[in-house]
Amino acid sequence: MKNEFLKLVLPLIAVCLCCGADWPQFRGPLTNNVATSETPPSKVDQENIAWSADLEGRGASGPIVVGDKVFITSTTGFKQDQLHVHCFDVNTGKRLWERQFWATGRTQCHNKMSVATSTPASDGERVFATFSSNDVICLDLDGNLLWIRGLSHDFPNASNSLGMASSPIVVGETLIVPVENDDDSFTTGLDVKTGIARWKIKRPRVANWTSPAILKSTPEAEALVLLQSSEGVDAIYPETGETAWQYEQGAGRIPSTTVGENILFVPSNGLTALAPGTSSDPPKVLWKEQKLSPATASPLVYQKKVFTVNRAGVLSCGNLQTGEIVWRLRLKGPFSATPIAAANHLYLISEKGLLQVVQLSEEKGDVTGEIDLKETILATPAISNNSLFIRSDKHLWKISSK
Amino acid sequence: MQRSRFLFCLMFLFSSLTVLQANDVEQDIAKIKQVQKEGQGNLTASKAVQQLSQSDASALIPILSSFEGANPLALNWLRGAFEAIAAKAIQQKKLPVKKLEEFILDTSRNPRARRLAYETLIKVDPAAADRIIPGMINDASVTLRRDAVQRLINEAKKLEKADKKDQAKKVYQQALSGATDSDQVKNIVKPLRSLGEKIDLQKHFGFLSEWMIVGPFDNREKKGYDTVYAPEEKLDFAAALEGKEGKVNWKSVNTKDDYGIFDVAKSISPYKGAVMYCAADFHSPQKQSLEIRLGTPNAWKIWVNGKLLFARNEYHRGMVLDQYSVPVTVQPGKNVILLKLCQNEQDDSWAQRYQFQLRIARPSGTGVRSQKPEATTQLSP
Repeated sequence: MKNEFLKLVLPLIAVCLCCGADWPQFRGPLTNNVATSETPPSKVDQENIAWSADLEGRGASGPIVVGDKVFITSTTGFKQDQLHVHCFDVNTGKRLWERQFWATGRTQCHNKMSVATSTPASDGERVFATFSSNDVICLDLDGNLLWIRGLSHDFPNASNSLGMASSPIVVGETLIVPVENDDDSFTTGLDVKTGIARWKIKRPRVANWTSPAILKSTPEAEALVLLQSSEGVDAIYPETGETAWQYEQGAGRIPSTTVGENILFVPSNGLTALAPGTSSDPPKVLWKEQKLSPATASPLVYQKKVFTVNRAGVLSCGNLQTGEIVWRLRLKGPFSATPIAAANHLYLISEKGLLQVVQLSEEKGDVTGEIDLKETILATPAISNNSLFIRSDKHLWKISSK
Repeated sequence: MQRSRFLFCLMFLFSSLTVLQANDVEQDIAKIKQVQKEGQGNLTASKAVQQLSQSDASALIPILSSFEGANPLALNWLRGAFEAIAAKAIQQKKLPVKKLEEFILDTSRNPRARRLAYETLIKVDPAAADRIIPGMINDASVTLRRDAVQRLINEAKKLEKADKKDQAKKVYQQALSGATDSDQVKNIVKPLRSLGEKIDLQKHFGFLSEWMIVGPFDNREKKGYDTVYAPEEKLDFAAALEGKEGKVNWKSVNTKDDYGIFDVAKSISPYKGAVMYCAADFHSPQKQSLEIRLGTPNAWKIWVNGKLLFARNEYHRGMVLDQYSVPVTVQPGKNVILLKLCQNEQDDSWAQRYQFQLRIARPSGTGVRSQKPEATTQLSP
């Protein structure tokens, strides 16, 4: 058992340590939207754009950063059935390589989103790109193909006519890929080296656009993966897919659970704070607060506060222990991208492409800078190299201190 | 003498290495083509693709040639290797441009391989598009054909703007002959109709417009999806069947909609918690591999000649042309298509649609019409 435990935890620690300044997946290294050792610019204007790179086609997936490379996905073609993985130089924005593949599953999706809505993930050696067609592509950091899976090709009823958006995450040597939809609904754990399934579990048959989160109660504790659905939250063991515990009071299907200070913040009944369960005890509800109900963007926990953004574009700061509203700030929304945090600031980018930087204090938040990128932006940005990486359909930007 | 021996040895070594590489390439390709569903063969293919990706440019045409007979998963593996090799070849200015162009123009080759060859070629020779694309209006490659159609649309627009209406009309007609993507078809049909041309879009796309329909059967709590009602057991258009609201009879319906949409809610009744069965004939001159292309916001099952082809238990996630493409082998003569269409009980305003559109197409997307009109009166069990 101890060996099993080490096998699971060591790679996770290794990934966290070696990634350091990396942003290897949706919502960052620990899927909590926070960059702990980064200092991106706190006051921004147009001159903070270090570089921009041209993109074509569609893409609502976020960029990820591994070492000196930025990876991004997109799709082209009338049916968005050309799947692209791009790699750019962090320092110059030069395109280092690009690979294309054909979708083997359905590519129909809502006009607002794209077949490339899932943010890719990396374990530091490989990049895993997933698409709404449920194709999973694994490349090395130089663009050499390592393996491919076509999950809708394998399971033809695993699809969503509005599009799939959940992002995969890597824990240890397992890539967790949610394929949750109205019909053949499942989540699978793929071996990062081969793409072969370590496990595949049935999931509620309801369309689901949320992404998994990592729960690590203590530095010594075994990492669990949190899978959210309309039925609630399942904490599973990443190596086997077995359930550790469940929260069964329902949850949203767009914003995703976030973990901070060993508390789960679940988009459920507004926002619900949960103390993690154990194999013998269910999770304990600490509080529920309708006023903290998130819209599309997932909650954020930072500096012992919880933050959500509602449909009206109002940023709410809540007390972590009680759910009471501490302060509110009306921003220029609406927002699809999840807010991210670093160096005492929150970074929020609206659907209209307006990046707003909010400086935090105990009593309030102040907007300290804005950049209008003037393009539709739905993707959650990345923080790395003391910079922000933001993408639209047409461009990838690096925002740095002058 | 010694010098010529040395040269001979060198030549022998070089030719041996070339043969060895060619053998390696073929072996790697063969291993990659073994990949199957659920990761079967991934381990072997992963090693082979990494090795193949290190090959020189001489491997490019063999890889493209190997697309024939490869399954959709293997095609992507092969593409991964091809692109890695091509990227290096472009950098080293060693891309075999002449061979690639020959490959593109050889219509006996795999359409996807030809498109990939084309996309690679125009990276170093953008002018190749002007040489190649105009001849692709009826090509088996969906995307080569799309590019050719777009050129004609652009040309026709210019002619129309210059008030050369007769010429514009001819070019639009030519464009329509190759167009299967709905955006291009719309861009052609609107000006063509304004130029006085009559266009049968149902015929163009291969929509089935004449149907026999019966219902409603019970689908409360979505239980009807898995309930076997009488039409699934036997098609008898003369029989009165036990429906959700009493006895129901088959009746003949048709749609005049350009895109073949038959609206159950508007044409019959906005049933909720209901199942309707719709049947049509498709006559084929020979056995052939085609696709049933369906659009519907409702849950559905489809049978051809009594055999369940596919089923989808999803409600109100939108409806678009060619939402589902289901491969089917049709038999010579009459083929009977039976569609089970389920409506749930959601009362949201966006969950009221109860409709479908169904067409028969080749895998390339071009519509295929029934040889006889799909007169439902001819339907028999």
